[in-house]
Amino acid sequence: MFKRWLFVLMAVACATSAFAAKDKNLIQVKGSDTMVNLGQAWAEEFMKKNPTDFIAVTGGGSGTGLSSLISGTCDIVMASRNIKEKEISLANQRGINPNEIKVALDGLAVVVNPNNPVSKLTTDQLAGIFTGKIVNWKELGGKDEKIVILSREVNSGTHVYFKEHVLRKNDPNSKEEFAPRALLLSSSQAIADEVAGNSAAIGYYGMGYISAKQKPIAVAKDEKSEYVASTIENVINAKYPISRPLFLYTNGTPEGLVKKFVDFTLSKEGQDIVLATDFVPVKR
Amino acid sequence: MRKLKEFIVEKLILICGLASIFFVALIFLFLLKEGLAVFKTVSLFKFLFGKSWYPISEPAQLGILPLILGSLLITVGAAIISIPIGVGCAIYIAEIAPLKIKETLKAGIELLAAIPSVVLGFIGMVTLVPLVKNLFNLPTGLTALSGSIMLAFMAMPTIVSIAEDALYSVPKTYKEGAFALGATHWQTIWRVMLPAASSGILAAVMLGIGRVIGETMAVMMITGNAAVIPHTILAPVRTLTATIAAEMGEAVVGSEHYFALFAIGIVLFVISFAINVTADSFLHKRQQ
Repeated sequence: MFKRWLFVLMAVACATSAFAAKDKNLIQVKGSDTMVNLGQAWAEEFMKKNPTDFIAVTGGGSGTGLSSLISGTCDIVMASRNIKEKEISLANQRGINPNEIKVALDGLAVVVNPNNPVSKLTTDQLAGIFTGKIVNWKELGGKDEKIVILSREVNSGTHVYFKEHVLRKNDPNSKEEFAPRALLLSSSQAIADEVAGNSAAIGYYGMGYISAKQKPIAVAKDEKSEYVASTIENVINAKYPISRPLFLYTNGTPEGLVKKFVDFTLSKEGQDIVLATDFVPVKR
Repeated sequence: MRKLKEFIVEKLILICGLASIFFVALIFLFLLKEGLAVFKTVSLFKFLFGKSWYPISEPAQLGILPLILGSLLITVGAAIISIPIGVGCAIYIAEIAPLKIKETLKAGIELLAAIPSVVLGFIGMVTLVPLVKNLFNLPTGLTALSGSIMLAFMAMPTIVSIAEDALYSVPKTYKEGAFALGATHWQTIWRVMLPAASSGILAAVMLGIGRVIGETMAVMMITGNAAVIPHTILAPVRTLTATIAAEMGEAVVGSEHYFALFAIGIVLFVISFAINVTADSFLHKRQQ
């Protein structure tokens, strides 16, 4: 209950600042937690160059961002997944026209504890693990330990992307789901921490979160293909199989300050920031 | 003039009194309005007893049985831990402790009540979760047991302070009578004080449980949030409250998922309402 009121309150706050935007040069950027650091880095650099403009960046998840675009309370959405049919029709009902701009790529790293002997898997094996068909590490050549599946909560674009592209293998008719016993954690950092401390855990998140305490898994499309490490080069040359586009959504074709900001993100400078925050540029 | 003043003050207080009921009614109506819409697409039976919670799939599966059982398991676990300790603590404070220790203990318990749940959750995540994992040799320490232990800390202050009040309000004459008949201190506590205060202690327990079932932040951080029907207290669970908190941000307003979350809100409301009414009836029984 409280959360919903908070949400309403925030929406009102956003709405009022959106009104102020006209004379104060303020835009609201909201959405994917994966992209918050990137968005903030863009905004800082942009505001350094244009001291009179103000960009407010907040997270909350791709779904949260898109629903605030639909309710008209933010100007740009950062999304780590495509907008859904349902969301488009809801937006159209409210006279809002979501416009998609691809701004970066993100490799999704699958990580395990460094003590885990398993270091490469095929996408089929990954699907088997996360849907719960493979239950023990020994089936994959590891120790005799039950696999602990870690996933993000359902409000995360990363969760949705991983389900559609790894579990369901891009098949829209597939009914595969995360195993019910998968632990749903509320942030990428929580997954990183649990993987660091649990030798039986496996999780996934954007490449930016990898540290020495986790071991990224090399992934192959199938048994015959080569196993590819999750590095920026491998995402750029499209060898790494689990990478996804990152988007900005605006209402209609960008205009004014929104256009200025979007253009900045796609400029050489903006794309350098993409690389600096551990994502992969779309333009080189 | 004095009468007019009296009249105005009286009416003002009346409005304040009615306001709380009015707000509860409004909240409940809003919950009903938003929550009942989900039953256009799912039957009540399937909602309450469905075993799969996949709210964002097509078609969505909205069965909250694992969530209800998760909440109940954590609550029962927390009750088993907190009731003996809480009631014991109340007896010690009310009957046995010397004045100085009594004051310290009471201050300590108030302090325990003042710790925000997110802090308890965080402490649980870094200390209790690894401990439970190693102690029971589990694949993960994010389990119902960790949640129960952490929530027991949260229920304790409520149980102790209300149970202690109940013990205090037992008439002095009971105790004096028991001593006069030659009963020892422990016999007096066990056979006279506790039965006399029993309804108040039950109310304390009920209110403590009410606090546990409504708790969100700490359980979300340390129970793993896996929506699976738990077979043991050493398995991860997902609670009703954590589900609402984790998913409300994502749910598109007016979608099936959104309505389902409000329907979960109704279930929670009904559960805590039932607990409070039971607690209240115990409290009233005592006054009669």
